[in-house]
This record gives sequence, structure tokens and C-alpha cells, in this order.
Amino acid sequence: MIKNIYFDYQATTPVDPRVIDKMLPYFGEIYGNPHSRNHSYGWEAEEAVEIARENVANIINANPKEIIFTSGATESNNLAIKGLAEFYGDKKNHIITCVTEHKCVLESCRFLSEKKNFDVTYLPVKADGLIDLKELEKAITPKTLLVSIMGVHNEIGVIQPLKEIGEICKEKEVFFHTDCAQAVGKILLDVNLMNIDLMSISGHKMYGPKGVGALYVRRKPRVRISAMMSGGGQERGMRSGTLSPALCVGLGEACRIYSTEMDAENKKLMKLKNLLLNGIRSQCDEIYLNGSEDQRVPGNLNLSFAYIEGESLMMGIKNLAVSSGSACTSASLEPSYVLKALGVQEELAHTSLRIGLGRFTTEDDVNKAVDKIVSEVKRLRALSPLWEMAQDGVDLTKINWAAH
Amino acid sequence: MAYSKNLIDHYENPRNVGSLDKDSNEVGTGLVGAPACGDVMKLQIKVSDSGIIEDAKFKTFGCGSAIASSSLITEWVKGKSVDEAHSIKNTEIANHLALPPVKIHCSVLAEDAIKAAIADYKEKNKK
Repeated sequence: MIKNIYFDYQATTPVDPRVIDKMLPYFGEIYGNPHSRNHSYGWEAEEAVEIARENVANIINANPKEIIFTSGATESNNLAIKGLAEFYGDKKNHIITCVTEHKCVLESCRFLSEKKNFDVTYLPVKADGLIDLKELEKAITPKTLLVSIMGVHNEIGVIQPLKEIGEICKEKEVFFHTDCAQAVGKILLDVNLMNIDLMSISGHKMYGPKGVGALYVRRKPRVRISAMMSGGGQERGMRSGTLSPALCVGLGEACRIYSTEMDAENKKLMKLKNLLLNGIRSQCDEIYLNGSEDQRVPGNLNLSFAYIEGESLMMGIKNLAVSSGSACTSASLEPSYVLKALGVQEELAHTSLRIGLGRFTTEDDVNKAVDKIVSEVKRLRALSPLWEMAQDGVDLTKINWAAH
Repeated sequence: MAYSKNLIDHYENPRNVGSLDKDSNEVGTGLVGAPACGDVMKLQIKVSDSGIIEDAKFKTFGCGSAIASSSLITEWVKGKSVDEAHSIKNTEIANHLALPPVKIHCSVLAEDAIKAAIADYKEKNKK
């Protein structure tokens, strides 16, 4: 009986058992509304939320007063970008972001450009997936309100130069927002060292529960954002709605765990990543890593397997849960816009797999994955006319394909 | 994607994978699709003197549906006359494999591939 093995840690993560333990009392025992001021049910719930808030703040070197809880990074991204635009938009209406950002950032910017008279510059990325700092500097104008660049990329795992971006933004007096959903717990983050004004955090990317996240909003100097949700004025008026103590506690505990375990976990992941990559490369040719190899978190391997198509490979390794940048696996039949932005040729984009390693991945898992992937790659290449032509020395770029 | 049993069968146990001698006059070769689109099918048929397809081989770069469609069509054309093979419709392939709507184009490509192979054979054997 073949067991399924999870290799999609960028899509989501299981909740750490220690986090579950911390969360459970807040469903049935300590069930008060944390905003109830008048009785111990409320006070107990509030205390738990405030401890969680402190845990979140500590991992990014922020003050707890600068953390507001949200439903996740999508909400945080929307709130940061649209909230900032709403507050300051009549004076400055230019935003700079990057072509490889997550859809919620791109869509928020698009909304502002279409409906709120904003101009948006989408910076390209280099072939390694990183932005060019000189291009960023050139793009800033007196009307620029905000630069939004994510810390770690969800598809290719590359780490953007946050400290350098923060320096540029501080010098030019532009707000700096960073979507750190994939970065918290994976790289060292310090909102003061990096001059970050707004940061989005996601619970379910870091072994916390789904449905909760946070937004860091700088207080010194003060960053103002307009609330998107009207209501009781919770979270310093920035995000109304009753907080779920269970979810907040979950996010807090996930952060607290990382504050002591990040380095050890990264070391382990690096070892596993090398085992996987070397295992595949030593047995198969023409395997390409998408995105920078060294400015990258160890848990993300986005690989192109030349001459075979991604969805067919995923079907072949069906007991390994991964995802692909191939068109066939996206509803629109377009290959990944991220790989396209890296300049990856379309035919290679169709061949890509994202393999994610995480806290609960074992060496045995990796060895099984190497065996399965290698055997499927060999089988599918034997099936592939492109592999056949390449072996025969045919230059595939010279063929006149009858595209349909 | 939840695929049908037939589709998965053709994907896991593809029939007639391989190549025929493309220089032979008995062989027609069809190469359709493009790597940039994520689908390339090479289909070859070997035709007897009496115009019956004796053998068929395929190689495909593409998703599970593409591999299954091309495998299926090589199975179907064997033993048929060239004209019969030419009249196979992509809808028959799509139905047999229960292709989801977003994958119908894979069956279209398979139909194009067999037609291309037949055209190549006829071109080689113009009397």
C-alpha cells in the first residue's frame, strides 16, 4: 500500500501538534469574546490574544502594538495596499510592485489603477527572480506612495533583498510593504533593520492554522491606513471584527516555535534539499532549477524537467503531492506567469514541478521521492518525441512547429 | 484532475509507444503541436500494399490526456484502412476517455496527428 507523501509545503502546512495543543482550550473552555471588558471570560480570552500578539511581534522585532490580526495574508495585503492608498492617495498616487508578486497584491494594485486613479509600475525580475535595485530606484517619483515587494517567493522560493529595498525607500520617503507569508520563520526578519513599514503574515504557511494572519503596521514614524471593514473598531480601529482567540493563539505559538527553531530547521531542510537535488541530477540530465540557487529558502525546489510535461509527470508520481507551473494544471492553460517573468522558455515552463520540503519531511521521504521521480522521468522521456529528437541531435529551436 | 479509468489506463500502460522507420515508403509520419503549447504528438503508421494500417506507433510530449489520446488512437487505427482511419473524430476519443472540457483539445490534436500521418504517407506514395 503506497502511502502519500506531502511535498507541497508552499501551498500550505499541517498545523504543528504543539500549536494544536495550545489552541484547543480556546474552543470549549476559554470561549469568551476577547473584547468583552466586563467579566473574566473576556479577560482570559483577551490575555491569550495579547500573549499571541507579543509572540508575533517578537519574531519580526516589532512592538506588539504594531501587530493587528487578520484572516490571512490575502486580507493583510489588501488592507496594507488599499488602506494606505485610501489614506494618502490624494497626495501621492503611484505604487511600485513587481511582476512576480502574489495575485492578491497584483489584483489590489490593479483595482487601484482601474478604480482609484493610481499609477502602478510593475518591476521586472532578473533571470534569477530577484529585482534589480537600480531599476527600483529609477522608478521612484515624487508621486510614489508605496513599494510592495514580497520577502520570499511562493513559487520559486527566492529571497528578495529586503534590507536594501528598505534603505532605498527610507531615503526616498516612500512606504515599504512586504508580503512575508512565505518568509516568516524561514529567514531572519527585522522591521527596524530593514526599514519595513507594513508586513503581511500568514498562519497556514508556518505550521499555524488556516484562516488567520497578521499585518504589521509601523508606529514610529506612524503609518496610517484606512480600515476596510467597518464595525466595532477592534485592532486600533484598523480591523473590526471579533478576534478568534484560538486562531490568534495558533499564529502566536507558530511564531514562538520558529523564534527558537528556525536555524535548526533550515539546516535540516538544506540537507534534505541537497539529497533530493543531487539524487535526481545524478541520475537524469537536463534538470533545471528555476530561480536563484543561493538567494533561496532551502525548502523550495522548483525544477524544470526538459522534454516532459509537468502534469504528466505529476500523474506519474501520484503518491507525491507536488504542484506544477505547467499550463495544463492551471485552469487557464497559460503557463505560470512567474516562470514567464524569469524568462523561462515556454516549453520548459510546461515541464516544471514545485517540490516543497518542510518540518515533517524525512530523509526516507526524500529517498522515495528521488526514486519515483527518476523512474517517471525516464519513462516519460522514453515516451517523448522531443527527447527522441534531442538524442538524435536535432536542434528543437529550428523546427517549424505547426502550432494549433 | 480526476481522470476516468480508461484515461488512467492509457496513461499508465500506453499502447504502441515507439518509432517506425520514417524513411520507409510504407510509413507515414505526423508531427503536430508545439513545445511552447505544452503538446507535441508524433504519430506513425505503417500501411500495407492493400491500404490497411498494419502498425502504428506514437510518442507524445504532453499531459496525461494527451498521452492517453494518442495511445488510444494508435490502438484504433490498427487494422483499419487509411480512409477509415482518416474519418476518426476527436469526439469519439473524448467520449471514450471521458475527457474533461478543458482537455478536449488533446483529442483534437490526436485527430490532427493521424490526419498528418496519412497525408505524409499519401505524399510519399503519389503515383
